[in-house]
Amino acid sequence: MKILVCVSNVPDTTAKIMFNSDNTQFNTAGVQFILNPYDEIALARAIELTEGGKGTVTIIHVGEINSEPTIRKALALGADDAVRINASARDSYFVSAQIAHYAKDNGFDIILTGRESSDYNGSQIAAMLGEFLDIPSISIIKKLEIEADRATIVREIEGGKEHLTVSFPFVASCAEGVAEPKIPNMRGIMSARTKPLEVVDAIDIAQLITFKAYSVPASRGSVTLLSQDEPEKLIGLLHTEAQVI
Amino acid sequence: MSVLVYVENADGKFKKSTFEVVSYAAAIAELLKTELIAISIGNVNQDDLSNLGKYGAKKVLNASTDNLKTFVNQAYASVIAEATKKEEATVVVLANSFTGKGLSPRVAVKLKAGLVDAAVELPKTDNNTFTVKRTAFSGKAFATVELNSEIKVIALNPNSYQLKESGSSAKVEDFKPDFKESDFRTMVSEIVRSSDKIALPDAELVVSAGRGMKGPENWAMIEELAKVLGAATACSKPVSDAGWRPHEEHVGQTGIAVSPNLYIAIGISGAIQHLAGVSSSKTIVVINKDPEAPFFKVADYGIVGDAFEVLPKLIDAIKAYKAHS
Repeated sequence: MKILVCVSNVPDTTAKIMFNSDNTQFNTAGVQFILNPYDEIALARAIELTEGGKGTVTIIHVGEINSEPTIRKALALGADDAVRINASARDSYFVSAQIAHYAKDNGFDIILTGRESSDYNGSQIAAMLGEFLDIPSISIIKKLEIEADRATIVREIEGGKEHLTVSFPFVASCAEGVAEPKIPNMRGIMSARTKPLEVVDAIDIAQLITFKAYSVPASRGSVTLLSQDEPEKLIGLLHTEAQVI
Repeated sequence: MSVLVYVENADGKFKKSTFEVVSYAAAIAELLKTELIAISIGNVNQDDLSNLGKYGAKKVLNASTDNLKTFVNQAYASVIAEATKKEEATVVVLANSFTGKGLSPRVAVKLKAGLVDAAVELPKTDNNTFTVKRTAFSGKAFATVELNSEIKVIALNPNSYQLKESGSSAKVEDFKPDFKESDFRTMVSEIVRSSDKIALPDAELVVSAGRGMKGPENWAMIEELAKVLGAATACSKPVSDAGWRPHEEHVGQTGIAVSPNLYIAIGISGAIQHLAGVSSSKTIVVINKDPEAPFFKVADYGIVGDAFEVLPKLIDAIKAYKAHS
């Protein structure tokens, strides 16, 4: 079983998000980048499924050389090898077209992503990959079990869950519940340094969208504080002032 | 030219989020001086379909063959792409729901269309450009995205656009798409819905609780508050990590982002990762015994007090209010 796990390099979850002076670019000064937390879930499940010689896990990432520490972390967690497509990750369409181009001739049985990246929150890569490769894609899954060449999957839907089955090959984006993220051990960290990391050139892809500008949410007015003996007053304010009930 | 909207149903019924996307798509059609056409896939009754005219749809295409009864995103994406071509639509609108998230990227690739998901506002069409505002950085920011492609796909976040009733009834037309066998490679075996609970992602009211509740055995109060209000229940990351509550209730940067009209946070301190997931809530109420809790800084209303004392009083007050109104 060959599993490909797509990983993304995102600002640390505690990072304060700021933009350059004309608000056209994310200001990365002083921001630490990490392996996207959702991708860690996908990777953890891929490693569990291939443990004991049952298969291999390849990491793929679209990004420039400065994201290599994130790829090495994924290798330290237990992936076998990695591929970096050498280009700035312009948008989801670009990234999935690049990954699809690499994946189409490499015979992967399963391609996993995180449910979304924690920066652009697109949830797009898995379904775009599925379409580019003309294979099934299942977005935002909570459970993934494999038997022979079939998977049993539980997917989240509004107010419930959908159980489904699919044969290899397929793409799925993983959410909490699929696996517990792992912590790399010393042996993993040491061996990650020498695991193969192939760098490939990007292909040309039409640009369909452009990120033009950013803004931060308007700050709320100051808080109206009430005492714990005033729940009626709170209800009144929610009804008359906020008009939400 | 036209605007096409995909009208998602759950077990044959439309939800409010569907009427939101129809209202939103109708406003785009008006902006572009064209007509709105809806595409429904699955089994929805004729009255409900023609009722979409109320929200601005002129015509509804109804794809209801047996093989489309349950959601298969490949097949559904093919149907939507085919309808787009048939109606020469230049904008395709979907809900950014769990289902929409699996669907809109496939539709976009099929149509070589730019995609903006998590959209929160109507597009702007100044100087021959077409831009849409969406959330980014897990709710910590917004991004304005320009779509340069001929066909544009937009997935609208729940609770981002007010329902607008403008028209009367819509004409319903049967739509028989061409299928590829290969579009049906996933098999749905079971759908489990918790019928007594309100779905969190598109809930208008949310009651959320954190470690301040001290243990899962104390959640009865949270559930009662949610029940009397008609709200969905949610929780913070430490609570779902500890297994007190299921993962799907986890709101925040690595859980889900919500945008309800009212978010009540009880015993949650307000870590930056949690705040990211709730920042687009219209009104935030914080109940916490620590007056220094960072959550108060982003709240509209706050009660500094012990949840175990405040909640029973609050539940009584809501019951009294509901009995009155």
